[in-house]
Amino acid sequence: MSAVIENHHDDHHHGPAKGITRWLYTTNHKDIGTLYLWFSFAMFLIGGAMAMVIRAELFQPGMQIVEPEFYNQMITLHGLIMIFGGVMPAFVGLANWLVPMMIGAPDMALPRMNNLSFWILPFAFFILLSSLFMEGGAPNFGWTFYAPLSTTYAPPSVTFFIFSVHIMGASSIMGAINVVVTIMNMRAPGVDLMKMPLFVWSWLITAYLLIAVMPVLAGAVTMMLMDIHFGTSFFNAAGGGDPVLFQHIFWFFGHPEVYIMILPAFGIVSHIIETFSRKQLFGYSSMVWAMLSIAILSFVVWAHHMFTVGLPLAAEIFFMWATMLIAVPTGVKVFNWVATMFRGSITFETPMLFAVAFVVLFTIGGLSGLMLAIVPADFQYHDTYFVVAHFHYVLVPGAIFSIMAAVYYWIPKWCGNMYDERLGKLHFWLSFVGVNVTFFPQHFIGLAGMPRRYPDYALQFADWNMVSSVGAFLFGFSQILFLFIVLKTVMGGKKATGQVWEGAKGLEWTVASPAPYHTFSTPPKID
Amino acid sequence: MNKGAKKTLIKLVVAVPLMFAFGFALVPLYDVFCEITGINGKVFQSEYSDELVTNEGRPIALQFISTNNENMPWTFKPSEQVMKIETGKYHTATFYVKNTTNKKMMAQAVPSVAPSNAAEHLKKLECFCFEQQVLMPGEDAVLPVKLLVSNDLPSNIKNIILSYTIFDITDYSDEAMAHNLMDME
Repeated sequence: MSAVIENHHDDHHHGPAKGITRWLYTTNHKDIGTLYLWFSFAMFLIGGAMAMVIRAELFQPGMQIVEPEFYNQMITLHGLIMIFGGVMPAFVGLANWLVPMMIGAPDMALPRMNNLSFWILPFAFFILLSSLFMEGGAPNFGWTFYAPLSTTYAPPSVTFFIFSVHIMGASSIMGAINVVVTIMNMRAPGVDLMKMPLFVWSWLITAYLLIAVMPVLAGAVTMMLMDIHFGTSFFNAAGGGDPVLFQHIFWFFGHPEVYIMILPAFGIVSHIIETFSRKQLFGYSSMVWAMLSIAILSFVVWAHHMFTVGLPLAAEIFFMWATMLIAVPTGVKVFNWVATMFRGSITFETPMLFAVAFVVLFTIGGLSGLMLAIVPADFQYHDTYFVVAHFHYVLVPGAIFSIMAAVYYWIPKWCGNMYDERLGKLHFWLSFVGVNVTFFPQHFIGLAGMPRRYPDYALQFADWNMVSSVGAFLFGFSQILFLFIVLKTVMGGKKATGQVWEGAKGLEWTVASPAPYHTFSTPPKID
Repeated sequence: MNKGAKKTLIKLVVAVPLMFAFGFALVPLYDVFCEITGINGKVFQSEYSDELVTNEGRPIALQFISTNNENMPWTFKPSEQVMKIETGKYHTATFYVKNTTNKKMMAQAVPSVAPSNAAEHLKKLECFCFEQQVLMPGEDAVLPVKLLVSNDLPSNIKNIILSYTIFDITDYSDEAMAHNLMDME
């Protein structure tokens, strides 16, 4: 009898709509999460294709494949697309899928805004990419778009670039507002702030950072727009403006932005290491405080990107020490992960492989960051391939490995099937080797003095550049294997259990796999 | 949506335009910061002051550098490369400019000072960089800078470099702007 009553109760719990309108009109957090993830995958492949062009050109010294003008467009778009189209939407997609399930909420707090924040993104990137076909070509001033290169000397398409950055910003801000409102107000009874899963914590902090700095970025591009079209002189020295001001405003956004791209990774990796070590995380509250400290410090270190613009000595010393201070909470996190693994009964499934590689390689990226923080050393390293090696180490085997780890870890929950473990491991090893062969030699050529952002280089850099390009092709093409694995898993495979992983803890593992279209319509009971 | 969610939402929605405005507020904040610290070579006009004048100054060298921004065709050079001056005394240096083109042009010079910690001790009573220069085709002029280096100048500084970059701002003059707007319509 009771079963009948329950069925009646479930009447309004309809499944997804059919056809394309399901995706256009959806307000379901899982659908929107899926859209974000696929979108970021598409952008990852497009941005990756651009990286292949860059590495192909740098395979040998001299100009062989593309014109220098086109090369500049490639490095600019590669950076913009990977950051704003690849990493950020992937994390928003993961937040959409996981945050409501992890806190026992039925959906995001603002489902319609959620739909809007996703669906404006494709337009932003359509506009940005279409600038490739415009007269004068796509933006060619680097992803940091320093004025006056991006104002006085910019191609006409810069206006389209500005518009697309505005749209991306609006999307990120809406996404962030949604995450904060959800986490602050929709937690199931019993999910206290200091009991939230770390991924939720990491996203709460990230969302605040986004709300604080994306409007500043919008302000910076608005000033550019006004300088270009309305005769103002924010960054034009002739009219009393100052190009260095642009760099201050940009990096006031830009530095928190780099933590926006790594904090969610910290959350993901904490979950995965905990699960596959079959142990409790070594120190939960220290992880939370470390993330909070990193977020706060991120607002007072921006000028370490500009040590060579002629800052006064006092400022250089302040920003040097503040930057080095960030190593403390970051060290807390790294030791925490290591301590969690210590004496655990570890198994190395694909997500764990990516997570362990994250810890090791992200730490390498962090340490080269410390080297760059030293002012006198930075005068030498500034704008060399050493910087390129540094930020690719924190972004590729950092942010992107964590996203891949998350996909392998949660995909059984998303589509109910296990991925092919053998192929997953193959993908990991190809990526791991590829990433290191690509970026490790860039430390050497950077220290030897090869400047970044040039399509050609002096002969003494030839060998390591060739090695780097070979690694890049290996890494790039192994991502097609990743696409294949994901598609194969979506189509079928071994059925996953609800808990999926032996050591998995958390509310998302208490529901069936694949997760039903609606979960936690009534809040779960937390003991 | 419950009440708490609405409250959070409103707070966050208010925060966004505030941060947008903060981005713009960084512009005057930056100028104020530069004015107070004197970095960036932004030396602003100062009033004549008896207190700064002293006979107990020490000799220092004032070096001049002139640069033409990109395609600026004017001749622009200091009358003397180096001037021996004394701290605590007013001195006048001059620059020579000539419009070498056959059209009327407007220019703006942007100053810079090195080392940057000398900037706060440099007092400019009068400088051509405080105003724009309009020269007819072929016209030339001698532009003055009247300045004093305060006796408080750190003793390790024996040499101050004053550099000026001259920009062509003909297209930014009110007249040209009005013309451009008409073209757009």
